[in-house]
Amino acid sequence: MFHIYCPYCEELREEEEFHPKGQAHIARPEEPDACSDEEWGDYLFFRDNPRGIHHEMWLHAVGCRKFFNITRNTVSYEILETYKMGEQPTVGAEHLAREEKTSSVQAAEGGQQTVGASDAALASVKGAQA
Amino acid sequence: MSNSIHVYDARADHATVNAESPLAYSFQSSGMPAPGEEGRAVVGERAFLGHLILRGGAIVLDEALREVLGIGLPGRPNSLTVDADGQRSVQWLSPDEWLLIVPGDETFGLETRLRAHLGGSHVAIVDVSAGQTLIELTGEAAHEVLMKSTVYDVDPHEFTVGKGVTTIFAKTSVILRRPDESRWELIVRRSFADYVYRWLLDAGEEYGIGVARESRHEPQ
Ligand SMILES: [Zn+2]
Repeated sequence: MFHIYCPYCEELREEEEFHPKGQAHIARPEEPDACSDEEWGDYLFFRDNPRGIHHEMWLHAVGCRKFFNITRNTVSYEILETYKMGEQPTVGAEHLAREEKTSSVQAAEGGQQTVGASDAALASVKGAQA
Repeated sequence: MSNSIHVYDARADHATVNAESPLAYSFQSSGMPAPGEEGRAVVGERAFLGHLILRGGAIVLDEALREVLGIGLPGRPNSLTVDADGQRSVQWLSPDEWLLIVPGDETFGLETRLRAHLGGSHVAIVDVSAGQTLIELTGEAAHEVLMKSTVYDVDPHEFTVGKGVTTIFAKTSVILRRPDESRWELIVRRSFADYVYRWLLDAGEEYGIGVARESRHEPQ
C-alpha cells in the first residue's frame, strides 16, 4: 500500500484514489495576443522533465476531487511534500544537493553506500517496473 | 442572478406515479436473501431520501443551515453531522462541497427555505436525489464485508462514528460513512447501485448476509 497525503482531506490516502496531472506552476501568459508563437507554444506544449526535484499537479480523483501540488524526486519517486493550489513549494533543487552531500559523507565514512551504487539500484528498480 | 434560477419539486408524487428505487430491479433479478439467524451482516436500501449538494463558502452555508435545519456544517474534513433523531445529516465532501440528506418529502421545502435564507449569496444547491441511493450495512461483520471491498481503513477504531469519506469501493466509487455505532452507509450512484448490491451479496456470503426490507421512509 502506498499512501499520499491530501492537503484538503488532511490525511494519507491510498494512491489508487489519485491521478497525476503534469507539471505545476505553469502561468498562462497575461496577454496571449502579445505572445510570440514560440512563447505560446512553450506555454501550451513544452514541459520540464527534470532528473530530481519536480513540482507536479495531482488530482484526488476519488476523494475530494481537488487539484493540489506534489514535490517529487523523479529519481527515487520520493514525495517530499504536498501543498494546496496557490501555495508555493518549500522544497527545491537545493534539497537534493544537500541530500547528495550527506550520502557522499556517509560513503566516505562507512565505505558501503555510494551515490553511484544507489543510482544503479534505482535504475534496476526502474527496469523491473518497466 | 438568483431570481433566474428555476426551483421545482422534482420528487415524484408516489400516489400517482409508480416510482422505483435504483435497486428495485436488482431485488428482483438478484434476489433478496432474508437475514438469517446466523447472519452477521445485513444490507438494506433506504430509497427515496432527499440528497442535496451544497456548494459555496463554509461560513455562509453553515449559518443558513443552522437557521433552517438546526444543524451546522461539520467543521472538519471527512466528517459528518447528524441531527438529534438521526434523520437528517450533512457531510463534508470537499472544501467547498457538502452532501445534505433528509427525508424525501422534506427536500423541496428545505431547498426553498435555504435559498430564501441565502438570498443572493454565491452558492449552488443541486437536488441529486434521483441520481443516487443510500445502502445501509449493519451487523457485527459489516466492517469485514467492507474490508474486502475498499482500500480505505474501515477498522471501527480508525473509522469512528461521525466519519465519512469518498473512496474506492470494488471497481467503483462510493461515499462511505458511519452515522452511529451500528450502521455503515454507502451512497452510490444510481447506475452503479446494481453492481454494488451484487458485490455486497457476494462479499457478504461468508457472513450469511441478508437483505432487510425497508420499513422506514416508505413512500405513501
Ligand atoms: Zn482529498
